Amino acid sequence: MSLFDGITDYLLVMQKTFTRPVKFKTIAKQVIHEMYYLGVESLPIVCFLSLFIGIVVMIQIAFQMESPLIPKYTAGFITRVVIIYEFSPTIMSMLLSGRVGSRIAAEIGTMKVTEQIDALEVMGINSASYLILPKIIAFVLIMPVIITFSIFSGLFGGYLITMGTGEIPTSEYFYGLRAFFTPFEVTYALIKSLFFGFIIASISGYYGYIVEGGALEVGKNSTKAMVQSSIFIIIFDVILTQIFLG
Amino acid sequence: MIKVKNLVKKFDDKVVLDSINTTFEPGKVNLVIGRSGSGKTVFMKCLLGLLIPEEGELYYGNKNFYSLSESEQKNIRKEMGVVFQSGAIFDFFDVEGNVRFPLDMFSNMNNKEKIDRVNFCLEKVNLQGTNKLKSSELSGGMKKRLAIARAIALNPKYLFFDEPNSGLDPQNAVTIDELIYNLTHEFNTTTIVNTHDMNSVIKIGEKVIFFYEGNLWWEGSNDNILKTDNKELKDFIFASSLAQKLLETL
Ligand SMILES: Nc1ncnc2c1ncn2[C@@H]1O[C@H](COP(=O)(O)OP(=O)(O)O)[C@@H](O)[C@H]1O
Ligand SMILES: [Mg+2]
Repeated sequence: MSLFDGITDYLLVMQKTFTRPVKFKTIAKQVIHEMYYLGVESLPIVCFLSLFIGIVVMIQIAFQMESPLIPKYTAGFITRVVIIYEFSPTIMSMLLSGRVGSRIAAEIGTMKVTEQIDALEVMGINSASYLILPKIIAFVLIMPVIITFSIFSGLFGGYLITMGTGEIPTSEYFYGLRAFFTPFEVTYALIKSLFFGFIIASISGYYGYIVEGGALEVGKNSTKAMVQSSIFIIIFDVILTQIFLG
Repeated sequence: MIKVKNLVKKFDDKVVLDSINTTFEPGKVNLVIGRSGSGKTVFMKCLLGLLIPEEGELYYGNKNFYSLSESEQKNIRKEMGVVFQSGAIFDFFDVEGNVRFPLDMFSNMNNKEKIDRVNFCLEKVNLQGTNKLKSSELSGGMKKRLAIARAIALNPKYLFFDEPNSGLDPQNAVTIDELIYNLTHEFNTTTIVNTHDMNSVIKIGEKVIFFYEGNLWWEGSNDNILKTDNKELKDFIFASSLAQKLLETL
């Protein structure tokens, strides 16, 4: 399947998902369930990874800051910028595409090969909408929450280093976190998280929905879901950076 | 009644169904038989509107299904009950949730009526008391029966079964056949069953059509199928060594 065919197919599935969708009442419960399943259950790993990235970033910076000409608070500043601009919204989303994307694709793909999707269609239910829409809504809503947790965990990781090494004083670190801060930085991170949440949930939903065959194909498409989501996250990272910061 | 006229279904250039004509009457078990790959599932999916054939017409009563609007099709869909080959049990619901789902989506019943209907359907398939079991806790035979309970929830006029006995032991298979037969006669449904199980053919095949390489090769019933002199059908019926042994001793 060429990339172009893939995109047309994806758009067709999305069109089906959003035109004449199922009533929100029928999927409300599902949305809540997915927010928990895809979102809340991802928080421990998200916080864990972010914490260590914060730690690593700070250690790296502290090592590079031998020169007395560079003010110590720069460490806090750089950590903040790295975490808020790129690590939490972008890299974290790519990691999440592995966890969340493959789950979505495997779940919907299994329903496809066990004819559960046919069973919905036969009843006259828009199966794409019934299955993919709650996941998209839930994940887009929960993504800003996940990314916020990630940001705080990352910055907390940096703080731990100031406690542990004494290389960078804690007060300098906190000063750096606030230096030249504009609230737009956070807005920007959250906007990105909305886009990336949509990319992950919709692309993975699509790859699940088009599975033909059996367990083997479900596995293959789960992997494709993860890889394609990551690629589109990077592409949109570039586009969004151009739009908002260019 | 379901009537099929000149139905042709292709995948790319490969003709899977070649100009099928037939009629299925209410209150009868209609069997579609044929080897694996002969087009039974594709045919059923065309009848359900899950696949759209390249040519031909399909009538539910006097309505030409493929030319109906989506909402008119939906009205007919509410009169269909379908049991897919894998059972297609919704694994995000428990037993009760599966049977209740069509009621929630399409009926105006209140909660008490729904619960009564669910229990009625579960009883019909001998699954009473299993309401809260998860689909992973069911055996193969139970899943098939649950699928049947869900299929009859909305009191359908048309019942479809794709290989209902596949993967079941002979005793469970007989139970399912009896269930299909009894439901058909009790509720006067137009019932269509895909199968390659000769036991079912003999037991419940009030009308039998035989698919061979995409063609409707033979049409008859369990009364006359064993006496056929159609070579391809004979090869199909007497394929098993048991049947061959019997044929030799006769
Ligand atoms: N989606 C599809 N695309 C291409 N070929 C298909 C598709 N579905 C079924 N076929 C082909 O149609 C033929 C009939 O299949 P099927 O109806 O499943 O047979 P069966 O009688 O075993 O149910 C097979 O040769 C199968 O490969
Ligand atoms: Mg089949």
